[in-house]
Order: sequence, then C-alpha cells, then structure tokens
Amino acid sequence: MDPSALARFEETVLPHLDAAYTLARHLLRNEHDAEDVVQDAYLRAFRHFDGYRGGDMRAWLLTIVRRTCYSWIRQHAGDARATEFDETVHGDPRTGNDPEAEMLRGALREALDQAIERLPVEFREVVILRDVQGSSYAEIAEVVGIPVGTVMSRLSRARQRLQRALPVEDYWRS
Amino acid sequence: MSCETLSDKLSGYLDRELDERSAGEVEAHVRQCLTCSARLEGERRLRAAVQANLTPLRAPERLRSNVRAMLRAQVKRSRPRHARLPTWAATAAALLLGVVGGWRLGIWQVSRGEGPDVVAEVVAGHVRSLQGAHLTDIASSEHHTVKPWFAGKLDFSPPVPDFSAEGFPLIGGRLDYVREKQVAALVYGRQQHVINLFVWPSPDANALPAAGSRRGYHVQHGAASGMTYWAISDLNESDLSHFAHLVATDLSGTAVQP
Repeated sequence: MDPSALARFEETVLPHLDAAYTLARHLLRNEHDAEDVVQDAYLRAFRHFDGYRGGDMRAWLLTIVRRTCYSWIRQHAGDARATEFDETVHGDPRTGNDPEAEMLRGALREALDQAIERLPVEFREVVILRDVQGSSYAEIAEVVGIPVGTVMSRLSRARQRLQRALPVEDYWRS
Repeated sequence: MSCETLSDKLSGYLDRELDERSAGEVEAHVRQCLTCSARLEGERRLRAAVQANLTPLRAPERLRSNVRAMLRAQVKRSRPRHARLPTWAATAAALLLGVVGGWRLGIWQVSRGEGPDVVAEVVAGHVRSLQGAHLTDIASSEHHTVKPWFAGKLDFSPPVPDFSAEGFPLIGGRLDYVREKQVAALVYGRQQHVINLFVWPSPDANALPAAGSRRGYHVQHGAASGMTYWAISDLNESDLSHFAHLVATDLSGTAVQP
C-alpha cells in the first residue's frame, strides 16, 4: 500500500470513525470491545481499499464494521457479559431549565437505552442506523444486505417492540 | 390495504421513504381505522423519542490515534525491507514509539500475527488462575527464589523482574500453557488486583507494544530481546500500561548479546 493511498484513505474513510464507533458500540454493547472491533474493521477496510469502486463511502465502511461486529459476536457467543446491559452507552444528556422535565427526560432516556440494548441485534441495528445515524433506507439496505422493503418492515417491528417495552405513555408525551 | 400490510409500512410512512401512492394508501387507511391510527401515533412518538434521546457517539481519542498508527504501520510494513536495524535499536525505537508517541496497536491485530487467538488464551489463563486455588506453583515475593524454580521446568529461562519498589510486588510463579506450549506465568500484585504476566520466547522479538481489552480485562503485549510478554489484569488501564512499560524496559535491559 503506498503512502498516497494512505492519504486518500485518511481523507475519505477516517471521517466516518464516529459513525463506525456508534454502530459497533450499540451492536456489541461494550465500549472496549467496540474499540477493538472498529480498529480491526479499519484494518480490513484499508486492505480492501484498492477494491473500493465508488459508491457511498460511509455505507461501505459500515458494512465492514457490521460484518466485523457479527464475527466478533459469533466468536464470543458464550461470554456471560455479552448479555449484560452496559449503562455507559448514554450520549450526552441535553440540558434544560425545568428540573421535573429533566428528571422525566432522564428516566425516558434510561428506559429507551435499556429497551434498545435488549432488542435482538437484527432489530437493534436498523434502529441505530436509522434513528441515531440518520441513514436512508437505501443505505441501511446496503449495510445490512437486505432489500429496502425488509428494512421498512424490520424497522416497523423494531419500533413496535420498543413501544411494548416502554409501557409508560407519560414518559414520551412531549 | 389490510392492517397487517399497513403495520409494515408505518416506518416507511413516518420516515418519508414511501412513494406517493403508498403514502396516500396509508393515510386513507389510517383515517378510517382507529387501531392503525393509534398505532401510527404510537410509532410517531417512539420515533421522536429515540431521535431526541439517542445521539451519535464520539469515538474516543485513543481509538482515533490507534487507527492512525495502525494505518501507518501497514504502509511501512508493505514497503521493501532494507538492511535490518540492530536488535537493540529496533527495541529502543519500538519503546520510544510506544512511550513517547503514546500509541499502541490493538490486541486484535497483534493476536492475528501471533497465531490463533492468543489473546483469548492468555485471558482464559488469567481467569483460570483466579478461579481455583492454583494462582501460583511457587509462592514467593523473592525473585531470587522464583527464577531458579523455573529452571529445568521450561526450555528457557524467563526473566523474573523485581518491581516491588514500583508498587508491583511479586506474588509467585507458575507453569501455564499457551498455544500448546509451556510458558512462564509470573504473578504480580497491585493493591487487591492480580496481574498475570505470561512470558515465552518468540522469534518476532521486537513487536510494538499493544494494548486492548477482552472480556473486561485489560491486556498489554509486547516483545523484546527474544521474549514475548502478555500482561493481563482487571487493574485500571494506566497502571497496567505502566507495568507493561516496566516489563519492556526490564526485558530490553537484560538482553543477552548474541
């Protein structure tokens, strides 16, 4: 691999590191594992960079990250920790002036985090890609390797599961 | 449109991913079906709540620098090799990079070079040593006692450095197996934490320091002077990194010149 390829790679693929980390962090539910896997995915991406033939760079990278996550999950299927809920997934809390609303918001955030962590991984990934990363259905279809119609129905089902896991309507009355 | 068909399209409708005709069908159905209308409202709220509460994460700085370092190492590796540096110079360079540059390779990457998942093996060895009553074969805080104990039990003489002054007292040593070979396992303490230091001879004598974690344990790896070492503990990352640095320095200092 020549240094000019490195420069191109750093310019086009490195900016998607946050997206890669977000996906891995939610799929693996652990920040250290996510770091390991993202680094490995970047190594794979770099080695296949010559074979990259245009298209959406982020989708290409996320496809590799997702595959690396899945092989990690398969390898560590027996680990007890794989089913534990890790609280540190929370993003930065938004701030506001109303303490009561803040408390409700905190409770909602926590309940949502837990509900998402407990979704089966094939539902979790479409929610993360769509609602956290803002991916289009076409991008999700490419990353996950399913038809757009399946993205749609899977996302609907994932959101219905989340609703059932969050029975307290008051929490999300805005 | 039936309720079932509609239920699969609610997301597409809310995310504006439906074509006009399908969107119109959803709207027409929802107007005359209370169940689906409630379902749509529920999904709308949930979607809004997820989008408002979950934000993309920021990759840790450490990961960013690790990825950059790894990429540069890849480029270097694929270049034609010139005259090899003397061992001590390569070791010094590796240490300098690791210490001054502050970057390390991920253990995932290293483990591939070392063969079939050596990381999993050393972590399993660490866990095993804490589970039973078999933490040490020889329990002693004296490295002059532990080092000779290995003589005759291994086909190499492992270094048994004394780090008690740095706050890592020796607890003892034991024989362990990694990749179907006998290796030296040295056990050190740090307050209530136990560190397993696995050592064995390795032809790839000057691997760059690497760090990572597996199953909640921190792992540090490196090699110098013909020995490869793996340090595993539930100790915090920076203390274990300090420990690994001591090991690396000790190993390169005790190098036997060929």
